[in-house]
Amino acid sequence: MNSAQLENQLAYFPGYFANHVLLTVGALVLGIALSLPLAAVAIRRPGLAGPLLGVASVVQTIPGLALLALMVPLLGRIGVVPALVALVLYSMLPILRNTVTGALEVDANVIEAARGVGMTDDQILLRIRFPLSAPVIVAGIRTAAVWTVGMATLSTPVGATSLGNFIFSGLQTQNTVAVLLGCLGAAILAIALDGLIRMAELAAARRDARLAWTSLALFIAAVVLATTPIAGNLLGGSQRPRVNVGAKTFTEQYILAELIADRLETAGFEATIRDGLGSTVVFQALAHEEIDVYVDYSGTIWANQLKRKETASAQRVLAEIKTWLLAEHQILSLGALGFENAYAFAMRRDRAEALGIETLLDLALHASSLSVGGDYEFFSRPEWIAVRDAYGMKFAEQRSFDSTLMYTAVSEGHVDVISAFSTDGRIAAFDLVVLDDPRESLPPYDGVLLLSRSAAARPDLVNALRPLIGSLDDRAMREANRRVDLDHRPVDEVAHELSRGLAIPRR
Amino acid sequence: MLSLREVSKTYPGGQLAVDRLSLELAAGETVVLLGASGCGKTTTLKMINRLVEATSGEILVDGRATKGMDPVLLRRGIGYVFQGIGLFPHWTVADNVASTPRLLGWEEGRIRARVDELLERVGLPPENYRERRPDELSGGQQQRVGVARALAAEAKVLLMDEPFGALDPVTRDGLQRELIRVREQLGLTILLVTHDVTEALLLADRIAVMDHGRIEQIASPTELFASPANEHVERLLDMPRRQSERIQNILRGTDPPGGRDDS
Repeated sequence: MNSAQLENQLAYFPGYFANHVLLTVGALVLGIALSLPLAAVAIRRPGLAGPLLGVASVVQTIPGLALLALMVPLLGRIGVVPALVALVLYSMLPILRNTVTGALEVDANVIEAARGVGMTDDQILLRIRFPLSAPVIVAGIRTAAVWTVGMATLSTPVGATSLGNFIFSGLQTQNTVAVLLGCLGAAILAIALDGLIRMAELAAARRDARLAWTSLALFIAAVVLATTPIAGNLLGGSQRPRVNVGAKTFTEQYILAELIADRLETAGFEATIRDGLGSTVVFQALAHEEIDVYVDYSGTIWANQLKRKETASAQRVLAEIKTWLLAEHQILSLGALGFENAYAFAMRRDRAEALGIETLLDLALHASSLSVGGDYEFFSRPEWIAVRDAYGMKFAEQRSFDSTLMYTAVSEGHVDVISAFSTDGRIAAFDLVVLDDPRESLPPYDGVLLLSRSAAARPDLVNALRPLIGSLDDRAMREANRRVDLDHRPVDEVAHELSRGLAIPRR
Repeated sequence: MLSLREVSKTYPGGQLAVDRLSLELAAGETVVLLGASGCGKTTTLKMINRLVEATSGEILVDGRATKGMDPVLLRRGIGYVFQGIGLFPHWTVADNVASTPRLLGWEEGRIRARVDELLERVGLPPENYRERRPDELSGGQQQRVGVARALAAEAKVLLMDEPFGALDPVTRDGLQRELIRVREQLGLTILLVTHDVTEALLLADRIAVMDHGRIEQIASPTELFASPANEHVERLLDMPRRQSERIQNILRGTDPPGGRDDS
């Protein structure tokens, strides 16, 4: 790592950290506000305690990323809301469990005395059970706080900015500095929150009003201080017209988002990048106008949205998706950028030569003794089904990887062949060969610029983006990807260079 | 002041804890429910302030049937000293004593005066004890606070469940004497539960001997000695007399310590 890289990433830190603090603290406050009354009900009717804790435990067993992703279709939107809902649900179990068990374990003699002196059930709860189980309840809140800080890093793919943006983009672009910054920020936040809660607990235990006020003041000061970098956004600060640019979770998308943002900024817009969005999340976000523009791939829309299983020529696919997008979602497909990022099968050159494999036909002959690696979604995608059926492909072993690790896996020989992306800079860098597809079973994947209905209705915006159409070929895209993935150059710098190299007339 | 008429309690398991029990306490009277554990004496006590709901029968406090009353308000009007003491460990001594007055909405000045008066009365100088926490007190001091808490709201009826059971003999003796004094000063009507025959004899105007959820005999200590209703009552009352004789013999040197008869 170098200091320029660190400096570059540090510029994002205040914003990411501020959003992370807001998400975490918001979720925690809501989690407490919901858990305590629920716990109160469960304590009054112990028959309810079991089922309630059961439900909370089930929520807890859902992997964090899955719970967050589930919220998007459930709530029909992306961004802070689904992230917050998932985090609140996640934070509730430890608070609920500790409050219920703590309150029910208070000495029976004390509870009987409380009834005997004439307290109502509510008074027993608020004056006796809660105060006496406070240390247990606070322990639950501390657990929830630490969990929530950690899980909030996973809210990036549903469109909520957090320190997870460092981690997701850093892992994609193999930028260790970014990953470390994300982890460090989360660790600092977790420790600080835990410390403040412990201070409040101590104040309560000692009945020290001054310490209690100090911890509350420190807490508020910390939240205010941490969130000042985005306070302007929250209050609607900037006067310039705002545009939200979306991006999926891989290098090319980060570069394209920066490229679009660069164009927009030049044209006088205020561009905000919402990167790290899941592949289906980003489309829904555009359809719901939560983002204004992003780049998708013709084959992806063809298969995922139009649910088409057959392949067709690049021109036909482009034309049909344009008509369909406009009719179904009022989304404008402004056009193809010029490059194609298709699914392709890649092997190590020496291995391919040794086996005499040049095409997918050759591969099919050897498949029964080979292992194939794909990214998480590949083996459930229609492209894979199409190739498998077209060539009668049957591999000995099938393994899923994070798309960044796939290339390392094939180059180190953990798998024999991978589902690569044709614009990936690592194909050349790792000396891989892309196998021909003589039966044309793989659909075309032209990068297309998609605009939401409201964005399409802004002529100035459309005009600012139109020059990008047809301006970016495979070679330029692959080169940009290589600079980020292999030279570990900052995404925005590479995007800026790309923008200048496009020879688009500037205003 | 306090009447129980044909009161029964059957627990959900079907166990009959109290069987058609009737009992009348005149104002200012102290009655002791005496019996072995499991005889239904604590259940009887708890039915009076409805910590346990009676299955059948009627209970009147100061002429009013408790059944129609809000149990919470009923409890605020009756003092109760618990077997387990049950002080609120997160509150100071003063806050503990002030429990019921606060629930009744007394104004703070009156509460403070009452707390100090009661702490003085139970032998805990308020200036030393007011701000202490229960865990800083000995068992005897804790039970004094328990008594003060029960008396704080100026209840005329005091229910006491083995109040001195867990205390050492010297402390118990001291507290028993103080209870007698406080009772005279405040004109309290007391129903006290114990399994300790000596305690019953020392405190009671009348003793109700209980077994299997029923009162076997209720009478003044003198009457109980003079004409016990059955063999169980007779043997129960005989025990302290024999103990006292043996103690006198030991003191005179005519009987070795650790003597024979213990039944």
